[in-house]
Amino acid sequence: MTSASPATATIRVVLPAHLRTLAQVGGDVRVDVAGGVTQRAILDALEAKYPVLRGTIRDHGTHQRRAFIRFFACERDLSHDLPDAPVPEAVVRGAEPFLVVGAIAGG
Amino acid sequence: MSAVRLLVGTRKGAFILNADGARKRWEISGPHFGGWEIYHLKGSPVDPNRIYASQSTGWHGQVMQRSNDGGRTWEAVGNAFTYEGVPGTHQWYDGTPHPWEFKRVWHLEPSLTDPDTVYAGVEDAALFRSTDAGQSWHELSGLRKHGTGPKWQPGAGGMCLHTIILDPADPSRMFIAISAAGAFRTDDGGTTWTPINKGLVSKYIPEPTAEVGHCVHHVAMHPSRPRVLYMQKHWDVMRSDNAGDTWQEVSGNLPTDFGFVIDVHAHEPETIYVVPIKSDSEHYPIDGQLRVFRSRAGGNEWEALSKGLPDKDCYVNVLRDAMAVDRLDACGIYFGTTGGQVYASPDGGDHWSAIAEHLPAVVSVEVQTLS
Repeated sequence: MTSASPATATIRVVLPAHLRTLAQVGGDVRVDVAGGVTQRAILDALEAKYPVLRGTIRDHGTHQRRAFIRFFACERDLSHDLPDAPVPEAVVRGAEPFLVVGAIAGG
Repeated sequence: MSAVRLLVGTRKGAFILNADGARKRWEISGPHFGGWEIYHLKGSPVDPNRIYASQSTGWHGQVMQRSNDGGRTWEAVGNAFTYEGVPGTHQWYDGTPHPWEFKRVWHLEPSLTDPDTVYAGVEDAALFRSTDAGQSWHELSGLRKHGTGPKWQPGAGGMCLHTIILDPADPSRMFIAISAAGAFRTDDGGTTWTPINKGLVSKYIPEPTAEVGHCVHHVAMHPSRPRVLYMQKHWDVMRSDNAGDTWQEVSGNLPTDFGFVIDVHAHEPETIYVVPIKSDSEHYPIDGQLRVFRSRAGGNEWEALSKGLPDKDCYVNVLRDAMAVDRLDACGIYFGTTGGQVYASPDGGDHWSAIAEHLPAVVSVEVQTLS
């Protein structure tokens, strides 16, 4: 994140279909993140706005990403970034979404 | 006018089937929670409009759902299942210690007296209870910690607590079963537990008569005789007349005593039903003929029930929670298959018909008898 980032950023989040249904949302969701915009901050804000998503993206207790979930933005796989690492500035500016993706697995 | 509501959990959603007391015409609604595995749904005996459902996927884990209007609408409730204390280890498939990890809820058992109280049997095996209608869940950890837990081992389907039976005559007593640990009983409301596996013989484990380690598939009880328990073990159909203190085999003349389901007629406590499955490696009926077997003697003497069931080319399985009975005067029997059929008999098993076909693989069937 750069020093030009706003104090509160509105982040676009794209959820997989099952979680859109669960959260009862039709398309992208927007969450406000105050301070540094990190994966952890985005997911905290997402779960605060949609409590039904708690436990479905990251584990309840450890907050570790679930095994078959990955995070992407700006054509980059952010899944193995540290939870407190800044996300790309285009996400902070709202130009690009933060994508929560279900792995292509299972049947 | 009486009515019946079937709650069917499948690998890709829940379905609700409704019929009047004649049980001839069925209306199917669903899929509810399409695409999710619905291991189990069950309604409260004191408030039939209150239904709890276990919803999960490998991607998103466990979600719990509650309906207050008989399954027309649903609300997600609490899904945090945290083992009490340091979970410790059980045995992995190869016998090495493996940490307890929550995976999913297999079975829900609403209280017999309070619609806001419900028990959940989970994988890795543990028992949880909610007293606030599913918003929060707390482990009854005396089961997992009573001493034999480190010896428990998963069955092929996982180390699941799949059976919860509440004693209608004694609110402090309940029975549970775990694959592959065995059956357990509490007489103090879940604080302390005792393995109840004497008489079980499992030739496939190192010590065939061990205190724990038996792959119990399902247990059933008639509410008027809570000391009599019937069990479908991996192999062997068993019976206890002393609340599980001892068991004896009642497989009798069954063509195979491997299977998953077992249930008891609503009005005849000695009439029981099983679906024999060829073997633990084949998991389908003998000779492609789907048959329910009924004993009117509490076991040992069995008759095949075949009218309306497939006579050939049927290679489905009937999973452990996929049989149920209604309480109408002519007791209805229901079961679902991994081929997506739900079969019903409105006359205690004499005649059968498919009331749903082509559903996803059926995992569980429960029935509510509505007045």
